This record gives sequence, structure tokens and C-alpha cells, in this order.
Amino acid sequence: MPRFIFTRHLSDIVPRSIPVEGETVGKALEAVLIRYPRLQSYLLDDQGQLRTHVRIFVDETLMDTFDDPVTASSEVYVLQALSGG
Amino acid sequence: MDDQFYIGTRKGLFRARRANDGKWLIEGPEFRSSPVTMVLRDSRDGAEYAALNLGHFGPHLWRKMPGAAWEEIETPAFPREAGGTAVSMIWALEPGGPDQEGRLWLGTLPGGLFRSDDRGAHWMLVQTLWDHPERAKWAGGGYDDPGIHSICVRPDDPEAIAVGVSVGGVWHTRDGGASWALSGPGMVASYMPGPMQNDPAVQDPHRLVQCPANPDVLWVQHHCGIFRSTDWGESWHRIQVGVTSDFGFAVVVHPRDPEQAWFAPAVSDEIRIPVDDALVVSHTGNGGGQFRLLETGLPGPGAYDLVYRHALEINSSGTCLAMGSTTGNLWVSDDAGESWTCISQHLPPIYCIRF
Repeated sequence: MPRFIFTRHLSDIVPRSIPVEGETVGKALEAVLIRYPRLQSYLLDDQGQLRTHVRIFVDETLMDTFDDPVTASSEVYVLQALSGG
Repeated sequence: MDDQFYIGTRKGLFRARRANDGKWLIEGPEFRSSPVTMVLRDSRDGAEYAALNLGHFGPHLWRKMPGAAWEEIETPAFPREAGGTAVSMIWALEPGGPDQEGRLWLGTLPGGLFRSDDRGAHWMLVQTLWDHPERAKWAGGGYDDPGIHSICVRPDDPEAIAVGVSVGGVWHTRDGGASWALSGPGMVASYMPGPMQNDPAVQDPHRLVQCPANPDVLWVQHHCGIFRSTDWGESWHRIQVGVTSDFGFAVVVHPRDPEQAWFAPAVSDEIRIPVDDALVVSHTGNGGGQFRLLETGLPGPGAYDLVYRHALEINSSGTCLAMGSTTGNLWVSDDAGESWTCISQHLPPIYCIRF
């Protein structure tokens, strides 16, 4: 089962590590959002697009689209840009 | 609530309150380390609202009912459509009329006006303003997108609302948002080419306020000076300050006396620091006929504080002013600005103050 690993910045919203079912990043993320609906507006903007300063990696590859595949052993990292002060 | 106020900063929400010995105490922060772009206490029901702008994770809105804990409520959002836009910041939040309990008006970057009738549980874009053909002339000012920073609901007719847009002029509705019209002539946008300078749709009001006791009187601190209307925006006239710069962001008007207004001047568009490196407040008591500089207790020379548009406030009785700066300094005046007391020099950059 693929596993989501979230940045500590979101620790008030979602656990750091969650195993979920899904064959693509998008399907797996939908499963996360069902359990943690508040998370949606933190990751996605009004139009359902990934926020500009959020990055998703599948293992060591930057996600291209939410249709990118994930496997049972995938780790999906949700990170924020290292900017601001 | 005249003896306490909120301070929205880059690093959280603070509260200032006057202790029994008369001194001001600062408490907080709540929303530790999060930028707070707007705050409101609704006197109709005691609800408190805080708008956060989390750099990576977008704008979010929280509400605290009396005796309850803060809870996150719905963030206003634009309808989903191809090429659609997204709220990037909540910049204005105002209650509806005294008899419209639960109604709120909210302004955003990029230029959305939203309404709620249930204390922010749900929000609806005011499509009539968003779809207005003249909106095509709006442009970004200090931000990439235009934004709504001022919402003035008439106390005597809460269906009549004036909205200030940077950069997009002042807009009026008399029917609760069903239809909109631009303010009349008089403001001048000297940054525009020739004849376009007088177009009401390209004006950059940095801040729009109305006198609660006489809402026909509106004051604007504009990018290109100070303007005043005595006919609820049918026409505007330029105010000559004389004693200092007429550039700045903030303006407050006395709650009962529409002739009195206070400003926090900076040098100019190109030089956004205090004139002569000394922070002052300028004040008129006769509708802009004359101004005086109020500087007792304010720093300088050697002061580089800038006062943002929401960071100068007056309480509802007109007895107390509070002012915060980008440098994290916070001052209070208990004598209508004649003298100021610095109550903190160590806050984060201050975005907004609200009694």
C-alpha cells in the first residue's frame, strides 16, 4: 500500500505518515482527503490545482501530474518550498 | 471593547488591553508564527474572526464564538471554471448591518467580494461586481493582482456599501450588491497617461473610510494624495495637506465628527519611509482645510517605520488611536493623537489593528 508522508508544517491538519489505497497520486490523495477533508484547502487552491509552493514527490521523482502512478511500495512526499521568513 | 484591540502581524495575532492601572498589556500570540492579514470582532454577536495567509498553504479563515475555542471555517473560494482564479489573500472583513446578524462582507486578492449570511460558515462570490465590464480596467498595485481592502457598510442603510479597490477605484451598491456603480469624478491617478488620469476605474485608493455618524462623508488615502467626498462618492475633491506629504496608506476618521481625520504620511511612492526619517501623524479637524503634525512620542529622526493601510485605527468613541508599523513598533494615543506612547518595540511586522 503506498504511503503519504507529509511535511511537519501540516502536523496540525494530518498525521505525518498515512498508508492509503490508490493507483495514482490523485486517487491516493483523494483517499487521504476523505479522512482529512481540512487538508484539501491547504494543498489545493480554489480551482483544485496544487498550490504554487507545494511539491509532491513520488519516491525520488517530482510529481508531474496527479495521474502519475504509485505502487504498493511508493512513498509520496508532500513538501513545501523552502522559502519565506 | 474600546479598551482593547487586536494586532494582526506576520507572526501571529496579539491582543492589547488596558490594565486597571491604565497601562496597556500585550497578550499572545494566537496562531503563533502565522501571518494574520485581517481580524474582526463582530459587536452584534461577539464572534471573532482571524484571516491567515499561510505562505505555502494559502489563505484560511478562523472564527471564535464567545466562550468557545477558535475553529477553522470555510475559506471563500472562486467558482471552479476553466482558467479560473483562486483567492490568494483575505484583505477586508466587515459586519453587515445591525439588524443583519450573521452577515459578513469579505474582500480578497484578486479583487473578489464575498458575502456570508451565516457567520462565515458559507461564502458566496458577489458575482455582479466580479462580472462588471469595468473590472477589466483593474490592475495590481502593491500586489500582482488587484484587491479589495476597504468595505464601508452604511449604518443607516446596510444595503448601501462602498468598496475600495487597489487598483480599481471606489465602487458603490445601494441594493445589497445586486448592482454596482463606480464613484464619481474627482480622484486623479497621476501615474496614468494624460486623459486616463481622471478615469474613476483606474484610481488607487489605498484606504477608504466612512464616518459612522455621517456616512455621506468618505475619506480616501490615495496613491496620489488625499481625497474626500461629502456626497457618498458622487464626487471627490483633493485635499491639500501642506505641512507634510500627502502620500501614505492609512486613514481613520472620527466616529462622530466627519471633519476629523488622521493619516500616517510617507515621503512618496518612490520613497516609502517617513518624511525626514521621522514618524508623524497628520491630523485635520476641519475637513482638510488645515493639517497639524502630531509627533509627541513618535520616533525620529532615524525612524523607518511604515504604517500599512489597516494598521492605524480609532476606537468607537473616538478617544483612543492605535498605530503599528512594519518595524514592529506599536503606539497608543489616549488624547486623539496629540501624544503617543510606544507599548512595544519588538512585535513582528504589523499588518492590521482593530478595536
